[in-house]
Amino acid sequence: MKKLLLANEAVARGLYEAGVKVVSAYPGTPSTEITEATSKYDEIYTEWAPNEKVALEVAASSAIAGARSFCAMKHVGLNVASDPLFTTSYIGVNAGFVIAVADDPGMHSSQNEQDSRHYAKAAKVMMLEPSDSQEAKDFTKKAFELSERFDTPILLRLSTRVSHSRSLTTLEDRVDVPLKDYVKNPKKNVMMPAMAKVRHEIVEERVIKQKEYAFLSELNKICIKNKDIGFISSGIAFQYAREALPDASYLKLGITYPISEELLKKFASSVKKIYVIEELEPIIETACKACGIEVTGKQLLPVTGEYSVELLRNRLFGQKPYNCMEGYDMSKVPGRPPVMCPGCPHRGIFHILKRLKLTVTGDIGCYTLATLQPLVAMDTSLCMGSGITSLHGFNKARGDEYMKKCVGVIGDSTFVHSGITGLIDIVYNKGVGTVIVLDNSITGMTGHQNNPLNGLDIHNNPAKQIDLVMLAKSIGIERVRIIDPFDVEEAMRVIKEEVNAMEPSLIISQRPCALLKTVKYKGCVTVDRDKCTKCKMCMSLGCPAISFKNNKIEIDTSLCNGCGLCVNVCRFGALKKEEK
Amino acid sequence: MVKSIVIAGVGGQGTLFASTIIGEAATLKGFDVKVSEVHGMAQRGGSVITYVRYGEEVISPIIPVGEADVLIAFEQLEALRWAHYLKKGGILISNTQKIDPMPVITSSMQYPDDIISELTGRVDNCIFMDASVLAEQSGSIRTVNSVLIGRMARDSDIEKEIWLEALKKIAKPAFIDMNIKAFEAGYNYTV
Repeated sequence: MKKLLLANEAVARGLYEAGVKVVSAYPGTPSTEITEATSKYDEIYTEWAPNEKVALEVAASSAIAGARSFCAMKHVGLNVASDPLFTTSYIGVNAGFVIAVADDPGMHSSQNEQDSRHYAKAAKVMMLEPSDSQEAKDFTKKAFELSERFDTPILLRLSTRVSHSRSLTTLEDRVDVPLKDYVKNPKKNVMMPAMAKVRHEIVEERVIKQKEYAFLSELNKICIKNKDIGFISSGIAFQYAREALPDASYLKLGITYPISEELLKKFASSVKKIYVIEELEPIIETACKACGIEVTGKQLLPVTGEYSVELLRNRLFGQKPYNCMEGYDMSKVPGRPPVMCPGCPHRGIFHILKRLKLTVTGDIGCYTLATLQPLVAMDTSLCMGSGITSLHGFNKARGDEYMKKCVGVIGDSTFVHSGITGLIDIVYNKGVGTVIVLDNSITGMTGHQNNPLNGLDIHNNPAKQIDLVMLAKSIGIERVRIIDPFDVEEAMRVIKEEVNAMEPSLIISQRPCALLKTVKYKGCVTVDRDKCTKCKMCMSLGCPAISFKNNKIEIDTSLCNGCGLCVNVCRFGALKKEEK
Repeated sequence: MVKSIVIAGVGGQGTLFASTIIGEAATLKGFDVKVSEVHGMAQRGGSVITYVRYGEEVISPIIPVGEADVLIAFEQLEALRWAHYLKKGGILISNTQKIDPMPVITSSMQYPDDIISELTGRVDNCIFMDASVLAEQSGSIRTVNSVLIGRMARDSDIEKEIWLEALKKIAKPAFIDMNIKAFEAGYNYTV
C-alpha cells in the first residue's frame, strides 16, 4: 500500500518496520513529527526527553542493552548531544542505533544554518541522506542494518524540505527483531583512556571498511546520460538538480559520510564537466578536490540559504524565470512576520518588561517573537538556556547594581532543557539576577509537546510534574514568586521588587498557551469611543486583533478571543469584554 | 505533465488542510504526488506557502518560481506576494479577504489598495471571490479552504467525485458535511 507521507512520518514508519523498540527525543523543528508519529505505534516505547543529550544517551544505551533504538533532533540539538555522539562512535552498538538530525537550510525556524555533515566527519559516524519520503523510510531501515553490520551508530540527515514534504511511500510489515543478548564488556562499553585508545583504532579501521562499502552500495547511485555534463548531489538538492539539469549524468550520494574517493573518481572518469550541488557547506566538493577531481561548486553556488530549481538554472546557465510581477515595486508589499497569537500569555509579560525598560536576556521559543515590533522587548538570545546564563554574564560584567535594570526570561520546556544548570550557576557564584520562567504549560513553538513541567507524558498520560518552587528552593533560591502575566499591575509590582532585591530570585509567570484546548477564553473586546483617548497603549501590545484605522482603535472580532489583556492595560476603561 | 499548485495564506488559515486535500485527490486519481508544507515559526500568523505537485513523475517538491499552474491565495496581500510563482497563462484563485500584517497594524507600512487591479492586469486568469462569505454560508469561516479548492477543482483534470472522496477522507467526521457544502459553493461559483 502506498501512502502520502511526510518524510518525518516515513522515518517513523521505517522505525516501526525495522523492529525498533526504544525512541527518545526532544522536539525541534523540522524533526518533531518523527517522534510524534512514532508515539502512535504501540510496539515502540517513545518518550520526550528533557533535552537532546539525554535522548541520545538513553537511545545509545538501549542499543547497548540489546534493543534497536533511535533518537531524533534538529541540527542545533545535535550540538547539545554532541558529547555522547563522539563517544558512542567509539563504543559502537549492540542492537542497531540511529540518530536522525534535521538541518534547516534557509533557517525557516532556527537560529543558525549549521551543516550536520561536519558532525558525521568529526565523530566518524556513517551518515545516510534521503531525498524523499520513500528513501526516508528505506534509509531508516537500512541504517539499522548498517549500524549492526559495522558496529556503529548511524546518522540519518534530513533537512526542512525533505522532512516537511509529503511523497508516496510504500508501507511494509514490521519485522520483529528480538532483543540481542547483553554481555558485560567493559573494554567496549566503558570509555576510559586504556579502552578508548583501542577503540579509536577500531573506529579508523571501520571508516576504511565503510568507504569500501560506500563504493559498492546501492545507496549511492550513478546514472550516466549526457557525458558532457554531470552533477554530484545528495538530499533535497539532488531533486532540485535533477529538475534543473534533466539530461545531465549524476552521482547521487545516499551515504554522505564517509565518501568513497573511488566512487567519485569512477563518476569523474565518465563525465566531462561536473557540478557539485550541495546546500550549505562544500563537503562533497572538498572531497572531490582532495582527490584531484576538477569540479565546480561554491564558485557559482552559495554557501548560505537554501537552493531551488530556479537558483540552479540562474547560477549555472544564466536563465531567468518568467515573472508576471516584473517591474512591480515589491518593496511596497508589507512583510508578514510571525506574531504572538491573540491571547498569548507572553504578550503580557513582555509588555510589562518593556514598560519597566528592563534589559532582557532571552531564550528560544515562541516568546523570541517579543524581539520584533512593536514589543521590541528582548535584548539577547543565544541558544536554549541562555536566557539565564546571559543574565549572569551581564551581572558579572556590569556588577550587581545593573541587575536592577535586568531580567532573564526562559520558557518552561526550555528551562528543563538547559536552564537549571544556569540557575545553579547564579546561586553558586553569588549572582543577584532575576529569572522569569514563562510557564505556558506546553512546548509551544514546535507545535505543542508535553514536558516535565506540565505533568503529562508524550501520550497525554499523567506524569510526575516538576515543582518549580521546590526546585528553586532546593538549589538555594530564597525568593520565589508566582505571577499572572495578565494581571499587569500586580505582576509589574512583583518584578520591580525582585529586580531590586540584591539576591537571586525566580519568578514563575503562569498562564497557559492560548491555543491549548483546555484554555477557553470567551467573548470579544469592544471599544467605548467616548472613553478612548487614542493613546494607543493597547496597540503597543502587538495583538493582531487590535489596529488603528480611520483615526480610531478597531478590534477585529474574527481574531479577538476575549483574553482581556488589553482591557487590563487600558488606563481609561475604554476597552470592555463582552460575550460574543 | 506535472501540475503545480501554490497555496498561500496566513498561518492559521488552514492552508495545510487545503494542500492535504489536493494531495489526497491526486493520489486517489493515481498520480505521483509531492506536497511541501511549512511548520514551526512560520505558522504563527506569518505568511505561509505550501506547494502541491502531481503528474506522471514529480521530482522537486518545491515549485520553481514562474512555473505554477495555479496560485490559491487565502488573502489578497498573500496573492500579491506570491503571484510571481505563476507561469505564463497561470490561474490565480484568490479570496478577497484582507488581513493586516503587523507592519500595517503598527502603521509603519500601508496595505496596498490596488491589489485586485494590479493582479488582474498582470495575471492571465484571475478569479477573485469572497470565499469567506461562501464559507460562512456553508456553516463556518473555517471552510474557506474547501470553497477555494472547489473553485479550483472545477477546472482541474481530476473528477469531482474524487475531490469529494478526498474531502470525506481528510476532514474530521463532524465537519465533512460543512466542507462538502463549502466545496460545492466554490465549485459552482460564478462571477
